Amino acid sequence: MGWTDIDLWIVIIGALCAMSAALLGNFLVLRRMSMMGDAISHAVLPGLAIAFLVTGSRGSVAMLIGAAIVGVLTALLTHWIHSAGKVDEGASMGVVFTVLFAIGLVLIVRAADAVDLDPGCVLYGAIEYAPLDTAFSIDAPAPVARALGVPLGADIAARVPIYIPRAALINGAVLLLNALIVLLLYKELRISSFDPALATTLGINATFMHYLLMSLVAITTVVAFESVGSILVIAMLIVPAAAAHLLTDRLGAMILISLLLAGASAVLGHVLALHAPGWFGFRGDTSTAGMMAVAAGALFTLAVLFAPRHGVLSRMVYQSALALRIAKEDVLGLLYRLEEAKAAEMLSPTPWFARQAIGGRPLVAALSIRSLRRQRLVSRRGEALILTTAGREAARRLVRSHRLWERYLERHFHIPSDHLHGSAERLEHVTSDQMRQSLRDETGAPSHDPHGKPIP
Amino acid sequence: MTETNRSITDTSFELPSLEQLLRVLTLADYNTRVVVIGVMLLGLASGLIGSFLLLRKRALLGDALSHATLPGIGLAFIVMSALGGSGKSLPGLLAGAALFGALGVACILLITRYTRLKQDAALGVVLSVFFGLGVAVLGVVQKLPVGSAAGLESFIYGKTASMVFQDAVAIGGAALLLTLVCLLLFKEFTVLCFDDAYAAAQGWPTVWLDTLMMGLVVAVTVIGLQAVGLILMIAMLIIPPAAARFWTRRLPRMIAVAAALGAVSGLLGAGLSALVPRLPAGAVVVLVAGAAFLVSMICGAERGVIVRWLSQWRLSRRVLRQHLLRAIFECAYERQHGGRRAPTPGASRRQAVPFADLLGERSWSPLRLRAAIRSAARDGLVQAAGAPRRLRLTAAGEREAQRVVRNHRLWELYLIQHADIAPSHVDRDADDVEHVLGPTLTAQLEALLAAQHAGPAAPPSPHALGRT
Repeated sequence: MGWTDIDLWIVIIGALCAMSAALLGNFLVLRRMSMMGDAISHAVLPGLAIAFLVTGSRGSVAMLIGAAIVGVLTALLTHWIHSAGKVDEGASMGVVFTVLFAIGLVLIVRAADAVDLDPGCVLYGAIEYAPLDTAFSIDAPAPVARALGVPLGADIAARVPIYIPRAALINGAVLLLNALIVLLLYKELRISSFDPALATTLGINATFMHYLLMSLVAITTVVAFESVGSILVIAMLIVPAAAAHLLTDRLGAMILISLLLAGASAVLGHVLALHAPGWFGFRGDTSTAGMMAVAAGALFTLAVLFAPRHGVLSRMVYQSALALRIAKEDVLGLLYRLEEAKAAEMLSPTPWFARQAIGGRPLVAALSIRSLRRQRLVSRRGEALILTTAGREAARRLVRSHRLWERYLERHFHIPSDHLHGSAERLEHVTSDQMRQSLRDETGAPSHDPHGKPIP
Repeated sequence: MTETNRSITDTSFELPSLEQLLRVLTLADYNTRVVVIGVMLLGLASGLIGSFLLLRKRALLGDALSHATLPGIGLAFIVMSALGGSGKSLPGLLAGAALFGALGVACILLITRYTRLKQDAALGVVLSVFFGLGVAVLGVVQKLPVGSAAGLESFIYGKTASMVFQDAVAIGGAALLLTLVCLLLFKEFTVLCFDDAYAAAQGWPTVWLDTLMMGLVVAVTVIGLQAVGLILMIAMLIIPPAAARFWTRRLPRMIAVAAALGAVSGLLGAGLSALVPRLPAGAVVVLVAGAAFLVSMICGAERGVIVRWLSQWRLSRRVLRQHLLRAIFECAYERQHGGRRAPTPGASRRQAVPFADLLGERSWSPLRLRAAIRSAARDGLVQAAGAPRRLRLTAAGEREAQRVVRNHRLWELYLIQHADIAPSHVDRDADDVEHVLGPTLTAQLEALLAAQHAGPAAPPSPHALGRT
């Protein structure tokens, strides 16, 4: 199937909604209130129902207001139960939104014979149909219209009306509102998110900030799921911000990244919705909103794995490199001590012997010996490993750190002499030249360690 | 069957007749009986396991988990249809749901363990992404040529009212199994909830215990989900335990109360929805549980709002009383001696203290001071001293005042000697502590201060008295 202007509008509406949610999501994630979006989107049901029963029409402004009021009420009640009842925050949220949802459900079912209303149609707007509900049209030159994918009539030169969907307008307005408030109150929001106590001492009303944020979340949620369905906004409130949180430590960067991820999820999600069922041999397309959430989840997974500092893989690489370095230093230290004890010829330390002696994972030990030989710190004499000149110098520094540390620990921490080795063994790997010098000065330039071995 | 179907699809709004009431109360209808007993057992089981979830601060895990089952249901339908069977075979759907529920929980645990994200973000990510996947999978399912996929939505909204005998049996079996496992591993689960680091240090397989506990949650959620729907399941896992917590501090009792509350909410909710036409059973059960929560939160015997408010009020009253007595004592003493010598017994009792002096002692409003005086006079600690707006201590009042002042000054001396606090600053610090000094602590203070101030009389103040 081809890409039409409908698809373009779906992506635009999805991206607008995703970005306005992601913008607020940053603060929710930092405040550890990520579940608030989920809670509010369930809890607004009675607000929608009551507004509907009062005004008797769907999609009215009254419905929006009713939902927003109940949304803020959710935050208020959650906070009240949490503080007055000393109930865990998650549990109080769970109590509030399930009860409110149940009230809404009862209201709707009791009223359903009088009016045409069912939980499904209240809860789920559908992004697929959002472009069809147009607000107004503007005339655009034909080339612009062609670029947008609007089907053109025979008269190429004429100006073509472009119909702007209502959902795009209101989601755009919400994005603008959120962006405006975040920009204006950036400093206040930032401080009160990280440290409410500090914010209060600085004269920022942290409680006001909290409820302002909750109101924005409520409005965003309601607007979004009235036009595009609830799952999209719940996902976008959390997932892009959580992924961005893994990618950076700066709030400004985090917000920008989360907006990018949200936009990317919208595009990717619609493409997936059109084509993914085909990959598995199914005909037709599937839910765009669902797939946008899945796309966000996929981007999140990538962030979990490959984030430069906080990613799982990068930490694994870092830890392996560290393990390798420690194993290499242990091999150097072992060879040096054997030479020192004049036992090198007698024991003839084979790679196997070294691996056994330093312990740890066999693979790491084997790799460390290979790496040492490649760096020409260690060479082979027959079967045995021996230190090269450079290797001996490196090993000397290491053993020197070790024995200086033993001296230092004995002197300042009163550790019994048979316990010194273990601590010094760990410390020797993190000792720089400068630290070694300070250790020497601090311990009075000793010639021997507490066990009577000379300090090289 | 037909009897209750009528009562559920009935569109009239008339009140239930006495006969109907009796039928529901005595569980005479087969269908009502199945629904009520099924929901009750589910309430029991989820109250039980929910208690552990609450204590482990994972109350919303049930929320994420029940959303995460959706793709499992859709995929199970697709797989079973592709294999040529009926797409809606219940065991297959349940297996799919359980698989994805467990997968979701595993993702949550992995995200919290291996990334810097906190639990709430992990819950939210898993919930929304899995649910999105579920919506997408159901979108595919609806376009499948094979059979109709209608009815899969009942997993979201539940179909409590049309619960059949097998559902009740499944729930009952799950509840029984769950109770058994919880009883067998009660000690282990308890320690895991309160101090998992300690459990690990004791050499217990905490990861496996945790996995088992979450497995139980998955089991009860999946069983309950298809019977009562997503929202009710979340509520049943959270609300009864949270309500039970207001009544007791002891875990076995809390679990018993939670299970009982769950069962009663199930019973009442299902009964009500059978009685009154067109009340969705799931929602009514949640509302009954919510009402029970509200009552518990306000009236709870252990942590309820009223109980804690009362104890706070009592404490503040006691502090106010003690402040008043000390103020009278010190004012009287100052009027007599100008603060030079240790007070002699009975001296402060004879001295009348004007109201205005007391007002200057602390930042009391006249109204508050008058209330404090009235309450102290009612208890026979102070009395009017002839002249207007003057009062003095009674014998009982003096004894109490002496004790209070003594505690205050002992604590001041202790702070000066052992905490190196300047005498000019010690008054405020001692103020915070004096009210909680019991007899044992007073004795220890005396011992520490080398018995230099033994006896009932208050030692002289280490700092100048009067207004500062």
